[in-house]
Amino acid sequence: MSMLRKAPYLGQGKIMLGSWGKAIAALVGVALVCFQGGLALAAGGPAPLLDGHFSFDGPIGKFDQAALQRGYKVYAEVCSACHSMNLLSYRNLAQKDGPFYNPKYPNPNESPYAKAIAASIKVPDIDSDTGDTIQRPATPADHFLSPWKNDAAAAASNGGAIPPDLSVIVKAREGGADYVYSLLQGYDDPPAGLTVPDGKYYNKYFAVDISSFWKGPPNKVPPGGFIAMPFQLLPDRVSFDDGTKATTDQEAHDVATFLAWASDPKQIERKETGIAVMIYLILFAGVVYLSYRRIWRNVAH
Amino acid sequence: MSGHSNYEPKTGFERWLDVRLPIIRLAYDSAIDFPTPKNLNYWWTFGGILAVCLVVQILTGVVLAMHYVANADLAFNSVEHIMRDVNYGWMIRYIHANGASMFFLAVYVHIGRGLYYGSYKAPREVLWLLGCVIYLLMMATAFMGYVLPWGQMSYYGAVVITSLFGAIPYVGNALTTWLWGGFAVGNDTLNRFFSLHYLMPFMIAGVVGLHVWALHVPGNNNPTGVSVKSKEDTVPFHPYYTVKDGFAILVFMILFAWYVFFAPNALAHPDNYVMANPLKTPAHIVPEWYFLPFYAMLRAVPNKLLGVITMFGAIALLFATPWLDTSKVRSMRYRPVVKWFFFAFILVTLALGWCGSLEPADVVLKLGSLPNGDPTGITVTTFSQFLAVYYYAYFLVVLPLLGITEKPLKVPDNISMPVLKGGSAAIPAGAAAQAEKKG
Repeated sequence: MSMLRKAPYLGQGKIMLGSWGKAIAALVGVALVCFQGGLALAAGGPAPLLDGHFSFDGPIGKFDQAALQRGYKVYAEVCSACHSMNLLSYRNLAQKDGPFYNPKYPNPNESPYAKAIAASIKVPDIDSDTGDTIQRPATPADHFLSPWKNDAAAAASNGGAIPPDLSVIVKAREGGADYVYSLLQGYDDPPAGLTVPDGKYYNKYFAVDISSFWKGPPNKVPPGGFIAMPFQLLPDRVSFDDGTKATTDQEAHDVATFLAWASDPKQIERKETGIAVMIYLILFAGVVYLSYRRIWRNVAH
Repeated sequence: MSGHSNYEPKTGFERWLDVRLPIIRLAYDSAIDFPTPKNLNYWWTFGGILAVCLVVQILTGVVLAMHYVANADLAFNSVEHIMRDVNYGWMIRYIHANGASMFFLAVYVHIGRGLYYGSYKAPREVLWLLGCVIYLLMMATAFMGYVLPWGQMSYYGAVVITSLFGAIPYVGNALTTWLWGGFAVGNDTLNRFFSLHYLMPFMIAGVVGLHVWALHVPGNNNPTGVSVKSKEDTVPFHPYYTVKDGFAILVFMILFAWYVFFAPNALAHPDNYVMANPLKTPAHIVPEWYFLPFYAMLRAVPNKLLGVITMFGAIALLFATPWLDTSKVRSMRYRPVVKWFFFAFILVTLALGWCGSLEPADVVLKLGSLPNGDPTGITVTTFSQFLAVYYYAYFLVVLPLLGITEKPLKVPDNISMPVLKGGSAAIPAGAAAQAEKKG
């Protein structure tokens, strides 16, 4: 911060410096006092998110593979009825850091897990001999099967609201995995005085303005909004193969873990590389700093 | 300082080449032997940092372009394909995306350093103007680059910024249609933005060449602002500044790597991971952080054309700075009054950035509340107006006026003087001075 250091030659100007400095410092001080209460926001808005305390949080966090497998089961048995994941292929499930990765099968296309999951799903194709449309078992290279033929079909079956593709959902929402985890359990009973429109459901973590549906005091609009998706994750909606009790919280947590992996499947590799890069850069910077001191040791500056 | 060369070709090949194309002589004179003031502090390392940023952006960008598809239907998924299926694609893309932010961070420090130490004053006006051109090209490049992933913010950012040209009287609408290549932002817009985004970095590289050339004629300014008087005042660029810049570049890289590897999306907006949908406007359109002060100025003015003029005028003022500042003293170290206006200017610019990230109707200073509990008081718009007035006044009132009325402190006769005469109290740059004591 050499810019803030006092100049070596302080003459008569010192008094001027002091008074101008004080004046501007005082203005900054007044401004800080005024704004320290933070921004005064309008009423409403979503409730503060739950913290999932995920295993992959932070610079050294990793995915819990059992949670990923349970999360995939929740997706496959519940979410995939309406939500596509167009960017994922079945092979991804068996790649490094994925739900069904096994070090015995470094090539995910040859993983029996990926093959078995893919083979249980029929995908549309074109017979190259006849040109007919056919259904064939999927291979690990196939993309996840979309539940809808097209967007119009998705909208028509869901009251006009297209269920969003979940491939990058955790990256595409403020709050990430915590948001998904919270939203899936945010279906409180609507507070008295709130009229929920037909085909919509009250969720305290969903960010939509609902003040016009509120009959209560105008400064007490309840948090959240109306979402087109009803509550899904009832207890025991899925039965986990590893015997974990399928509570709503557990299902939400596991599927949020799975979706976080799907949104950013290379994040473990990224963070591990990052640790190595950091160590390298810090050591290198230290060595260069020592050279710098040595080279400059005889220069008065 | 420039002109005289100490290069002596040592090998037969160097002698042969030197009389045909003295390119080794050029490199030696400008990067090895170049006499550089010995008192440059760490604020001067950002030139080197910026050169590294440009090279990093071009190298990662060239690789990204091998995998990216500039088509409105495919662009979004092709970016995800890079992140998922291309070897180390996630790293290259995150370096490129965060590299833009790092580039702007460095350029703002670099510009701020120039403003504080008077690096724009004679004989460095052309150097400064070329720097302003680079900054303008950087903004255009970054804006078009942000459009390429074709997410919601890409699309609506493009809509907002290109629509600004519609404010120009008479030709505005025709100009906007011409920019779009159609009657709305669409596939044609994306294609031309990709083409220009690939072109402009090389234009920047060209102007950087001129910028370095213009630097090497008068030589570096320095924290005292006093011109180099003798050889005593300088050290050869290599190894003295290669090692100092090198250290600073590595420290900067640590910050850069932190974002790339541990918070790669922290500086971006989640909405940009939603594919562009022309039928679904996001609730809150914000540009990248490095444009926020200008965005705040644009929104501060109720009239669209005047808002656009205010925004571009804020950058035009930088071009005019060498002729707005009337003081003969370069470094604000010896300008006791104006330096405080400078610090206030930095705070105001940061506050404008904060305003740019909020909704115009948000209340920053609550004075009361409506019956429904919504706060009333000074809104972001009003606050931005105050700040924009200060931003303009700094260039149009403070710099011209204080240059005449302010009584500067005594300026040292030469660069070496504050070092030799002042003793320990007058060692210039803190960190550099420690090196001298301990080394």
